Amino acid sequence: MTTKLFGEPVRRREDARLITGRGRYLDDIGAGALAAAFVRSPHAHARIVDVDVDAALDVEGLVAIYTYEDLTGPLAEPLPVLIPHPQLHAPRTGYPLANGEVNHVGEPVVMVVATDRYVAEDAAERIAVTYEELPAVVGVDAARAAQHAVHEEIPDNVAARHHQETGDVEPALAASPRTLSFTQYVERSACMPLEGKGVHARWDADDRSLRVHTSTQASTSVRAAIAAKLQLSLDEVEVVAPDVGGGFGVKIVHPWPEELLVPMAAIALGREVKWTEDRREHFISSAHERQQRQEVSVGFDDDGRITALDVHVWHDNGAYTPYGIIVPIVTATQLVGPYVIPVYRVVVESVYTNTVIVTPYRGAGRPQGCFAMERTMDRIADALGLDRAVVRERNLIQPDQFPYDHHLTFQDGRPVIYDSGDYPALLGKLTALVGWDGVDALRDDAEARGKLLGVGMALYVEGTGPGPYEGGHVQVLGSGKVLVSTGLTTQGQGHETSFAQIVASELGVPIEDVEVTTGDTRRFPYAVGTFASRAAVMSGNAIALAARGVRVKALRIAADVLEADPGDLEIEDGVVQVRGTPGASIPLRTVAVLSNPLRYAFDEAAKQATQFATHDDTKPPVAEGDAPGLEHRDYYSPLRSTFASGAHAAVVEIDPATWEIDVVTYAVVHDCGNVVNPMIVEGQVHGGVAQGVGGALYERMAYDSDGQLQNASFMDFLMPYASEVPDIVIDHQQTPSPLNPLGIKGAGEAGVIPGSAALASAIEDAVGRRITSMPISPTELYDLMRSETAERTAASGRRTGVDA
Amino acid sequence: MKPAPFRYADPRSVSEALEVLAAEEGATVLAGGQSLLPLLSMRLAAPTTLVDLNRVPGLDAVEVTGDGVRVGALVRHAGLLADRAAARVQPLLARATANVAHPAIRNRGTTVGSIAHADPSGEMTSVLALTGGSVAVAAPSGSGTVGWRDLFVGPLETSLPAAAVVTSAFFPALPPRSGTAFAEVARRKGDYAVCGAGVVVTLDEDRRVAAVRASYVSVGLVPEVHDLTEAVAGAPVEKADWAAAGALARTLVEPDGDLHASADYRRLLVGVLTERTLTEAAAEAAERTP
Amino acid sequence: MTSVDTERTVRLTVNGVPRETTVPVRRLLSDALRHDLGLTGTHVGCEHGVCGACTVLVDGAPVRSCLVLAVQADGAAVTTVEGLARDDGRGGQVLHPVQEAFRECHALQCGFCTPGFLVTIAAGLEGRDPAAQITDEEVDDLVGGNLCRCTGYANIKEAVRHAAAAMGDAG
Repeated sequence: MTTKLFGEPVRRREDARLITGRGRYLDDIGAGALAAAFVRSPHAHARIVDVDVDAALDVEGLVAIYTYEDLTGPLAEPLPVLIPHPQLHAPRTGYPLANGEVNHVGEPVVMVVATDRYVAEDAAERIAVTYEELPAVVGVDAARAAQHAVHEEIPDNVAARHHQETGDVEPALAASPRTLSFTQYVERSACMPLEGKGVHARWDADDRSLRVHTSTQASTSVRAAIAAKLQLSLDEVEVVAPDVGGGFGVKIVHPWPEELLVPMAAIALGREVKWTEDRREHFISSAHERQQRQEVSVGFDDDGRITALDVHVWHDNGAYTPYGIIVPIVTATQLVGPYVIPVYRVVVESVYTNTVIVTPYRGAGRPQGCFAMERTMDRIADALGLDRAVVRERNLIQPDQFPYDHHLTFQDGRPVIYDSGDYPALLGKLTALVGWDGVDALRDDAEARGKLLGVGMALYVEGTGPGPYEGGHVQVLGSGKVLVSTGLTTQGQGHETSFAQIVASELGVPIEDVEVTTGDTRRFPYAVGTFASRAAVMSGNAIALAARGVRVKALRIAADVLEADPGDLEIEDGVVQVRGTPGASIPLRTVAVLSNPLRYAFDEAAKQATQFATHDDTKPPVAEGDAPGLEHRDYYSPLRSTFASGAHAAVVEIDPATWEIDVVTYAVVHDCGNVVNPMIVEGQVHGGVAQGVGGALYERMAYDSDGQLQNASFMDFLMPYASEVPDIVIDHQQTPSPLNPLGIKGAGEAGVIPGSAALASAIEDAVGRRITSMPISPTELYDLMRSETAERTAASGRRTGVDA
Repeated sequence: MKPAPFRYADPRSVSEALEVLAAEEGATVLAGGQSLLPLLSMRLAAPTTLVDLNRVPGLDAVEVTGDGVRVGALVRHAGLLADRAAARVQPLLARATANVAHPAIRNRGTTVGSIAHADPSGEMTSVLALTGGSVAVAAPSGSGTVGWRDLFVGPLETSLPAAAVVTSAFFPALPPRSGTAFAEVARRKGDYAVCGAGVVVTLDEDRRVAAVRASYVSVGLVPEVHDLTEAVAGAPVEKADWAAAGALARTLVEPDGDLHASADYRRLLVGVLTERTLTEAAAEAAERTP
Repeated sequence: MTSVDTERTVRLTVNGVPRETTVPVRRLLSDALRHDLGLTGTHVGCEHGVCGACTVLVDGAPVRSCLVLAVQADGAAVTTVEGLARDDGRGGQVLHPVQEAFRECHALQCGFCTPGFLVTIAAGLEGRDPAAQITDEEVDDLVGGNLCRCTGYANIKEAVRHAAAAMGDAG
C-alpha cells in the first residue's frame, strides 16, 4: 500500500516553512506589541531594602513598571510546586517578582513595559534597587556544609531526602567477596536552546479572552496556571506554542514568572505585550542541570558480578524546587541501567544553593545515573584486571528475563519494570561497531604518532513515554483534508511529519492530505507536555487510536452506501473500496460529507448530505450513540513507561604535550523499539550525542563563590560548533514495546545519556589516571596528570608493567 | 541586550572624524564593530557618540612594498587574509589572521580595529609587536606614528588620546633568511586562543640561527616580544634545540589563569607552541636561505 | 559639517527590493530587518555575534546582523533567508539548492539556527568553482561558524556536500 508510511524516512513537512524564513517563532509574533524587560538581581542572596523607580519615570516610551507590590491575589503567592512528592519535605518556590529576598543572580525583581525593548532596557537600567547582601551558598559541597542557609528556615539546606532500596544493602556489601567505594562529581550545564523563552499576550476586552503565545513545552498546563493565577475562567484563556526554537527541557518548567506577568500586563494595559528573553537572561534566569556529588559503594565477586550497590547522591537543586525532585529520582532509578543489581539502595539528598534552579535538561538525571553505574563497571574491571566489556556482559539482564522488575518506583510513581530489550545483543553490536577487540593496534599506532589513545563505553536504559496520558483528534473534512491535533508541543522533533505518517498509515490516506497541529489549546485542550522522550509514545499512540476510530466510522458509513460488509472494505489513497471489487468505492471525503447530515448545502459537496438527497427514513439522521462528523478523539494512557536502551563507545586521542582531547570515533547502538521515521530518530541521536560530547568536554556553568555566573555568554559557555562534534557511526536494534499499540519507545533524549560516562572511560583508558569529575578540559587534564595524589588505574600499571 | 542610546556620525574624511571626536565628549570610533557592538549590546560600554569610519574613503587599502605592509583602517580581516602580496612580504599576516574568529566575523572586523582595541587575546596585536610594527595616528594635534611598544598600555587600553583615529597599521617585511609560523590552542575552533604563539627565526649566511623572537596571544596584559635567541644562538638550523627555546620561553612569560586555562597550563602551552612553531619557522627560514 | 544624529532614514535593498525605514541610530540591523521591515526569517540567538543565527549577506558577504547597526547598512544590498529562493515566473518559488539539500538531508530540527546556516552556506557555495569536488575542509569552514543545538551538525555537513554536488551538476 502506498500509504503505509510508518517506518519510512519521510522528509519533514515542517521544513518547507522553516527553510524559507516562514517559521513563526515567538518573537516573530505581535509586531506592534509593547515590550517587557526585567530588572534582575545582581546578587546571589540578598534582602531587598528599597526599589526606587523615580529615575525611570521620565524615560520617553515607558508604559508601566511593576514590582511585587503590584501583584494581587494568587499572583502575589509563591509560584506552584509543580510536582509535589512526599519526600520533598521542604519545597520552596520564588514569586513572579521577588518578595523582599532574592536567592540567585537573575531572579526577577521589577518588570518594565515600554514601547520597544530598547526603551524598556533604558528604563530598567535606571531603576535603583537597594540590597542588603546575605552570604551565598554555591555548589553542592557548600550546601552540605550548611555554614549558611539559602532559605533561613531550612538551616541544613536539604529540600528532600529520597530513598529507595531493594534489599538490605549493608549485610549484602559485608558479604561481598570484594568491595569498592568512591566519590565523583558531575558539574552544571544547561539546555541552552538557540531560541530563549518568550511570551506574547493579547487581551480582547470585548470578548473577554486572553490569547497567550509562549515558547513552551507544556501549553495546556501553562493555560491552567495562567487561569488560576490571574483568576480567569479556563475558557477565557488560550495558549499556543508557536514554532519553538529548541527546548531540551528548560521549557517544560512553567509557569515561568514571565508567563504570568506578561498576560497580567496585557490585561492591565489593554495592549499586546511581549517579552523575548535575551541570551544573558537565559543564562541567569532560566534553568540549569546536572550538578551532583555521588558516593558509590559496590560489592562484587571475583568474576565481576555485582552483589550489592549503595549510592548516596547529593543533588544541587538550585534556589527553588518548582519541578520537585524529578531529576534526582530519575538519577536514582535509572542508575541501575541494563544490569542485574541483586541489592540496591539509593539515598538522594537534594540541596538548595544560591544559583539558578535545576530542572530537567535532556536526559534529566539519566546522564548522572549512567555516569555512576558505568564508572562503577569500569572500576570493577580495573580492580579485577578484566576487560570492561566482559564485566558489563556478565552483569546484563538477559533477554529471557523480561519483563524485568527492578523493584523501584520511577519518576511517574509507577514501577520500574523493563518492558523489553536485548542488552547482550546491544553490547555485541557496539563492540563490533567500534572495533573494541582491535584497540591495542590502534593504541600502538597512535603511540607511534605521539598520541595517547583510549577507548571507553557506556550502556544505558532509558525510561521513556511516561503517563499520565496524551490525546489525539483526527477529523476528515469534506475536502478530503485530514486534520490531526494533539495537545503536547513540538520543539523541532518533527512531530508534524511522524504523526502524519501514523495517520496516513492507519487511515489509508495520502500524507499530503494530513495536517498536524500540536501545542494549541484551541485545538486540543487536554495534554501533559513534551518531556521524557514521550511524544511519539504518548501522542503517537493516541493519534493512532484516534485514526483507528475514524477508520471504523468511515467503514461503517461507507458500508451503508456501498451495501457491503464493513469487514470487506479497505481504505487506500483516501478511497474506501470493497476489497477485490473494482468500481465499488467511495472517496473518504464523500464519507466525511455523508457523516454530517445537513439541511443546508453551503457548498457543492454538502449537497450530497442534505435532507432530500438521502433516502433512509428507517432511522434518525444521527443514530443513537452516533455523532455527526467523521472524527474521533482518543487517549493513550499507559500502565507504565517503556524502556529504551543503547550503548555508546568512544575512541579518544590525547596530545600529551597540550592535553587536548580529540574524539576520533563515536559509536552508537540504539534501540527505541519500532521506529516511525528512522531519519528523524537518527537526527535525534546525532543531536543528543553532540550535547553529550559538549557536556563531557566543553560545557560547564562556572559560578564563583559569590554566586556570580562567570561565563554567561556563548563566548565562554562552550557549546560545540561543528568542529567540536565527532563523526558518529550508528547501528540499530529494534525490540518493540509490548505496552503500546505501535510498539514504540521514546528516542528524544537517548543520545545524550552516556556521553560523559563513555568519554570519561576513554580518557581514563588513554592517560591511566582516574577520572572522577566531568566535564574535563585540557587544563584540568593537565592538572590531573601533574597531581601527586591522582589515582593511577591498575590497567595502566598492567600495560606499562608498573604497579599502580 | 540592546545598546543604550548614543549619537551617530559617519564622517566622510578623517579630519571630519577628528572634529566630531573632539566636539563630542565620550565619543568613540566605530570601524568593524565586532568587538564594540557586543559591548554596547551588553551595556558594558556606553559611548555618547559613535564616529563611524566606514564611509571615509581611502582607508580600505592594503599597500605592499618591499619594506612592509600598510593596512588601512577599514581593511577587513578577510581582505588581509586573502591578500597574497601581503602574505609574500610578511607571511605572519595571513597566518595569524586565519586564526581570527570565524569567516562572518572576519568579513566585517578590521585588522586595525582589533589592534586599536588592544585586546591581549587578539592575534593582530601580537603580530604587530612581533614584526616591530607601528600605527599611523591622526589626532587634533597632528598626525604621527606610534610604535607598538608605546601603543599598548594595558588590556583594552592604548596610549592614544580619546579623540584620535588610527588610520593604518604598518607591518615591516619579513627580513631575509627568516621564516615565521603562527599557531594557537583554542577551546573551540574560532574562539579566542587559550594560548597563541607567533615566531620569527632568522639565520645567518651560514644557516646558523642568528635571531629568534616570539610573541604570544592571551599571555600577559599587553603584547610582548620575547627574544629566545640565547637558547639556540649559533646552532646550525637543522640541529637547533627548539625545545630549549620553548623551555626558555616558559621562564619569560607571566600568564594569568581564567575559566579556560590555568596560568600553569598557559605556560605549558607557551613552551609547546614555541617549540612547534619554531620548528616550522626554521624550516621556512632554511628554505629562504641559499 | 558632519551631522550627528539620534535617528536616521536608512535606504537599503533587501532581497532585491528597495526598502526605506527611519530608525534610532542604535537599532541593530537584525532588529531593523525583523521588526522594522518585517523580515522575521532572520533570527536572533545571542546578540553578541557568536551563534550566527542572525547571519545575513551584506553586499554578498555573510555578516552577523546583530553586530552591524542598521544605519551602517544604508545603501547596501542585504540578502536574508527570505531572499534565497527565486521566483519561478509562475507565481511560485524555486528553492536554492542549499534549501533543497537541508530538507533532503534532515539538516534542521527546530529550524531556529537554520537561516544563518543557509545564507552562509549559499554564499560560500556560490563563491566557489561548482565543478570542483567539495573538500571536507571546505565543508568544515562553511558550517564552522554557526551554532546549532539540535542536529549535531552531521546532517548539515551532509547537506553542504549534497548542495555542492547539485550546483556542480547544474553548472
